[in-house]
Amino acid sequence: MKALDAWVRIARCSDIPLREGRAVTLGTREIAIFNLGDRFLAIDNRCPHKGGPLADGMVSGTTVVCPLHAWKLSLETGNGPSASSCVETFRTRVEDETILLDLSSKHAEAEELAAQGPARLCVPPRGTAVAAD
Amino acid sequence: MKRLVVVGNGMAGVACVEQILRHSPQFQITIFGDETHVNYNRILLSSVLAGEKSDEDIVLNGLDWYKKNNIDLRLGVRIVGIDSKAKTVTGDDGSVTPFDKLLLATGSVPLIPSIDEVKKDGVFVFRNLDDTRALLERCRPGLKAVVIGGGLLGLEAARGLQVQGCDVTVVHLMEWLMERQLDTAGGGYLAAKMNQMGITVLLGLSTTAILGNGKVEGVQFKGGGSIAADLVVIAAGIRPNVSLGHEAGLEVKRGIVVNDYMETSHPDIFAVGECVQHNGICYGLVAPLIEQAKVLAATITGNKGPKYQGSVLASKLKIMGVDVFSAGEIGDKLDGSEVIRYEDPALGIYRKVTLKDGKLAGVILVGDTADSHRYMDWLRTGKDLVPLRRQLLFPAPVEDVGLDIAQMADSETVCGCMGVAKGTIIHAIHEKGVHTLAQLKECTRASTGCGSCAGLCQSLLKAVVPEFEEDVRNRICKCIPIAEDQLREILRSQRLKSVQEALEIYGDGVGCEVCKPALSYMLDMLWCGDHDEDRSARFINDRVHANIQKDGTFSVVPRIRGGVTSAAELRRIADVADKYRVPMVKITGSQRIDLLGVKKSDLPSVWADLGMPSGQAYTKGVRMVKTCVGTEFCRFGVQDSTSAGIEMERRFENLFTPHKVKMGAVGCPRNCAEATVKDIGLVGQEGSWQVVVGGAAGKKVRKADLLITAETTEQALEAASLFFQYYRESANYLERTYDFVERVGIEKVRKDTVYATDAVKEGLLERLRKSKDRSSDAWLERDIPHNTTQFIQIKSLEEVFA
Repeated sequence: MKALDAWVRIARCSDIPLREGRAVTLGTREIAIFNLGDRFLAIDNRCPHKGGPLADGMVSGTTVVCPLHAWKLSLETGNGPSASSCVETFRTRVEDETILLDLSSKHAEAEELAAQGPARLCVPPRGTAVAAD
Repeated sequence: MKRLVVVGNGMAGVACVEQILRHSPQFQITIFGDETHVNYNRILLSSVLAGEKSDEDIVLNGLDWYKKNNIDLRLGVRIVGIDSKAKTVTGDDGSVTPFDKLLLATGSVPLIPSIDEVKKDGVFVFRNLDDTRALLERCRPGLKAVVIGGGLLGLEAARGLQVQGCDVTVVHLMEWLMERQLDTAGGGYLAAKMNQMGITVLLGLSTTAILGNGKVEGVQFKGGGSIAADLVVIAAGIRPNVSLGHEAGLEVKRGIVVNDYMETSHPDIFAVGECVQHNGICYGLVAPLIEQAKVLAATITGNKGPKYQGSVLASKLKIMGVDVFSAGEIGDKLDGSEVIRYEDPALGIYRKVTLKDGKLAGVILVGDTADSHRYMDWLRTGKDLVPLRRQLLFPAPVEDVGLDIAQMADSETVCGCMGVAKGTIIHAIHEKGVHTLAQLKECTRASTGCGSCAGLCQSLLKAVVPEFEEDVRNRICKCIPIAEDQLREILRSQRLKSVQEALEIYGDGVGCEVCKPALSYMLDMLWCGDHDEDRSARFINDRVHANIQKDGTFSVVPRIRGGVTSAAELRRIADVADKYRVPMVKITGSQRIDLLGVKKSDLPSVWADLGMPSGQAYTKGVRMVKTCVGTEFCRFGVQDSTSAGIEMERRFENLFTPHKVKMGAVGCPRNCAEATVKDIGLVGQEGSWQVVVGGAAGKKVRKADLLITAETTEQALEAASLFFQYYRESANYLERTYDFVERVGIEKVRKDTVYATDAVKEGLLERLRKSKDRSSDAWLERDIPHNTTQFIQIKSLEEVFA
């Protein structure tokens, strides 16, 4: 068991097929991880619209299309169709064919942004480039 | 009324007549054409060869136009003599026709290089519609085709033949392709692109002989080398057709000599188009012909004044996916000229701009020709480019396409072929109520040449006309801007087998949730499983073979053919419902049972426990055949609709379709299972079946159309199969049969299916058989998943305090 401020080994790279997403259970929550070929991006697996499973959505470039009502969300910024609709994003990196997720990154960023003012709700682009296997 | 005789029914002659008619109706006009076709767009012959357009698509002036303008059209008559003193022309049918004014628009003839034994079976030229038809008749998949000539025409012919399945080699005499329009580097980029498309390019080779005994077997080169060939197309250039100029005693050099007013050396004889020479230049492109036609029309109607001052030479290669544009001077050796270049070998983009005295002298664009109109305008107007130095290679960024058009000056040319300026189009829209592309073509002639400005015209219409509607035959989405029927043809002819590949070559390389499933369907339909099944291009339902519900769970509908089940099957369904605590078990409107609220990770075991095949209730595919009890139990039934329905379901099940297909079979016209509002229905009658198609009882309600009345069940099933496969191959993605039948018309559907030739019918049935043989129950993926995590709920490798 790890504390929140650590990188967490979350899934094997081979678990996520190219240009698809998979939901990973982490404690009580689900994270959607997407394989973009040159990197993995991670967001909360819950569409801000009606809670649709984003990991089941189709990937179009760096956007995922929610399978329920086709809301489009950026995998890089978490931004949705309007200012108030966005999902959390998480930093990822790859080590030994394993995807690691930075749970703290989101919190640190959020605090930093909160200090700057209330305008931004979503976490800016993250996701680490990895060598293709 | 004076008699005007026009020799030549091609683009130049008829364009000139159109212009003359705009001036005044002062002539009794006769047009002679040695071809047997009305005026068509010769530039688009390569599109006909490539199967992108039909003969009718390229007609510019139909018979009704000639009729409406009282033109005496003499098709298939070649003029063989001119008596310029007696003022008559003589046809090869013996007719002698007097004229007051004579217009020669005889165009050009193919240049045949001196090659030994060129007259062999299998040697073609590519100049007119008959040549194109002959080529289409001859070419077969797998044939070795050699095109002699790597200019515009040769390359377009090569591409057309390749699309028809031939194995194509282009043999070019010069050191690089299109040497008259491109420099060495540009030619190199073009050759690389042709190679990438699977066309072999041989450069610097002089063809000396056609090999073979009576029939082409190969082509021999200077130096002794040779290659095998089943057919040869000679596209080595054109030469002005001036024989009648000599006949009439006109001054003739390479072409019939004309002055700035388009007058020849005879006061009553005029000439226009590719057969003329103006200021030492013979033009072989469409834009100059139209400019000449306008001047000549003024001169001949007594409005002499406008002068033809030569044209800017510009050409565009018309091969889909290979963008080449060249205009003005292309050589590097202009004194005092500056050359600005940009190259990106990975993207295959090459741009070269040549400036002289601060003005554009020439431009070459390979790989991306979207802003060619900008350069054309600079060339025509001689614009001072010094202030625009930073925007010579790429336009300054604009916010959207609409703005780009807004920034075009009214005088700027939109259609280079027909010489139509932006202002003319705006005028037509405002003054003449033009609001579709078709009307715009009719009214201004814009976009009736090579057609490459169609996008620009559409954008203009969109920007100016609020109620603008795009033409019906349109693209799936913006990612891949090709009409669907063309796209299917491209995928087939290029043997493209993956969604990503298709997007990379013909689209934006990314795709979206609209085009990816459409492409996935097309590939599956064309290649029957022999394609790269990319699940990332599929909607979640087609990744896990179940229908996603609002809470992220799935519904499971097993196949119950014809709605006929058994006690044992029902018991298993009940056991599954218990074991997996299925929240809802529902009888559907399709005579089936739906288990709602199943978790994704339970799907494989649910299917295994059911022991029934997938009912495809989640996909664009074969849903079910709803039946009544027919003769089996019903006292009114006259046909065994239950067996017929179950058999139909068996024949089509597991196949995918452009949209869902729901079917029905009823044993009498009482229609208890509602077959007449199904996509395909069998309606039993005394001694026969009515096969009906295109019915609907959803958002739209439509009574199905009668396809045919069949005597036996087998004949009825065959008719249904023909329609089923025809719909699979011809409908747009997400087009239900009722929209498809309405769009195409039931008469055409019948003609193409049940009333088609035996060969066509056998083709449809054979392709259906092939698809069916390779299809399988999707639920078998429970044992052999498509990938390791298809149904698995992944748990984090490490746990955290949450």
